Amino acid sequence: MIHAENLTKRFGDLTAVDHVSLDVREGEVFGFLGPNGAGKTTTVRMLSGLISKSAGSAVVAGCEVGKEADALRLREQIGILPENVGLYEGSSAYENLEYFGQLHRMDPTALRSNIERLLRTMDLWEKKDVRVETFSKGMKQKLAIARTLVHDPVLLFLDEPTANLDPEAAKMVRETILALRRERRTIFLNTHNLDEAQRVCDRVGILRTRLLTVGSPRELEAGLHGRRTVVRLERATETLARAVQDRIGPRPVEVSGDRLLIDVEDPDRENPEIAAAIVAAGGRILELTQPSASLEEVYLKLVHEGAAGS
Amino acid sequence: MRLSQAWVVARHELRQLRQRRGILVGLIAFPVGVGLGFPALVDLQLVPHGGPDPGSWAPMYLNAFAFWFVIGAASLPTTIASYSIVGEKVSKSLEPLLATPTTDGEILLGKALGALLPTLFAMWLGAALYQGLIDVGTVGAFGYLYYPNWQMAVELFVAAPLVALVAIEASVIISSRVTDFRSAQQYASVLLLPMIIIYVAAEIVLPLNAVNLLLLSGIFALVALALYRVSLRAFRRDEILTRWK
Repeated sequence: MIHAENLTKRFGDLTAVDHVSLDVREGEVFGFLGPNGAGKTTTVRMLSGLISKSAGSAVVAGCEVGKEADALRLREQIGILPENVGLYEGSSAYENLEYFGQLHRMDPTALRSNIERLLRTMDLWEKKDVRVETFSKGMKQKLAIARTLVHDPVLLFLDEPTANLDPEAAKMVRETILALRRERRTIFLNTHNLDEAQRVCDRVGILRTRLLTVGSPRELEAGLHGRRTVVRLERATETLARAVQDRIGPRPVEVSGDRLLIDVEDPDRENPEIAAAIVAAGGRILELTQPSASLEEVYLKLVHEGAAGS
Repeated sequence: MRLSQAWVVARHELRQLRQRRGILVGLIAFPVGVGLGFPALVDLQLVPHGGPDPGSWAPMYLNAFAFWFVIGAASLPTTIASYSIVGEKVSKSLEPLLATPTTDGEILLGKALGALLPTLFAMWLGAALYQGLIDVGTVGAFGYLYYPNWQMAVELFVAAPLVALVAIEASVIISSRVTDFRSAQQYASVLLLPMIIIYVAAEIVLPLNAVNLLLLSGIFALVALALYRVSLRAFRRDEILTRWK
């Protein structure tokens, strides 16, 4: 759905986005994580053709970004929720959606039916004729999401959709994103909320001007310190460590208090072997775990390394 | 450029205008004030106290009064256009608008029409009132209907639309550089200066007859064209999203 190569944006001497290459598959929720000023919004604006790129190339929904002939076709196929929702406060919820549907040149009958379906889904149908200025922040955010969906786009760009919302409104919006995920919509989600990314994204990319890493939250968590099995024993000894090494091969095995810390390559294959080796050597296993770093640890490590590197 | 797409934007602008009571009142008050005020002045002061043979001197005053509809066309759309663009800037609704399959030119044209049409409608309404009342008040003294005439036709259908376009384009350029409606309005009010200069000059060197008004309209057209190019540059999405304050 999105293929970008060396996408770069420079504002004078400042490089806001530096050689970002990424792929987003159809039907996946891709989280774009990064601190403020990392270039997330600029990347979305480039990918959606809102601003020009300084270098690199991107194909989004089959359209070449930056190619004049593809510009309108690209915008027909995508829906963008900017960080500031930018609704027409003096107009009603219905009028807001109607205007954007008309700008997308929708057939009036299809537009009416889409508006009703979306407003009902977002629990706003009863308020369809009420001026938006009376809405709560959460309702406005839901209406803005409905606006991005009114023309049935194949790809959604959501820029910090839960920023500045109270927990209840944020939950409401997150549930909406999860519902869209169940509909197999392709979503490009800009966020600096790690919990949100972990809960709703299939894969995440961490950006700090450059793209630092891409992977599923689980892969990133596992990848921070490599994979390690921790075995808590009644008594951890060097004899048990050697028994493990004899069984699984020459791997670093460390004795730490009542624990053995074992670097593994394939936990599903090796953990049963480790357990068997310890039991055979007379050890008593109290607990065997595969701890991993949280996405937050991964994020902070990469972002700080990125900052130090730049 | 798809006119239907620009018309969607224009219709939205007109709907938004209905919600801005203050602007709407100004839009109606000015032409109605001119349309009623000057005929009253003519009726109560000029014809009774102006001297014999009003047909020889009154047209000069009537032509000068009629030019106020051109001045109005320079002033009123700046309020609408400034509010339309700065208002979207303040409410951050420009980005979602730019994300739709609408070109910058179509958005700009839609917004221009949204400011131009109500201005012209209001001016023409006021001018119809003015001409009717002037005719009623002067037909006895002149012995003929002074309006409609070519001078008024050029003013209303050539000069006023062109001047309004100049004002709208200038408002777009100004709006791209300011962050609030009041500043946009203050800068845009400078546009009235050349109109006042023309108005004063009309008293001394440049009678506002149909030919001179056509010549002036030619200048307005050139200025409108030049400003159109600048406003198109100012209204590019790249500029709006990255450089507008």
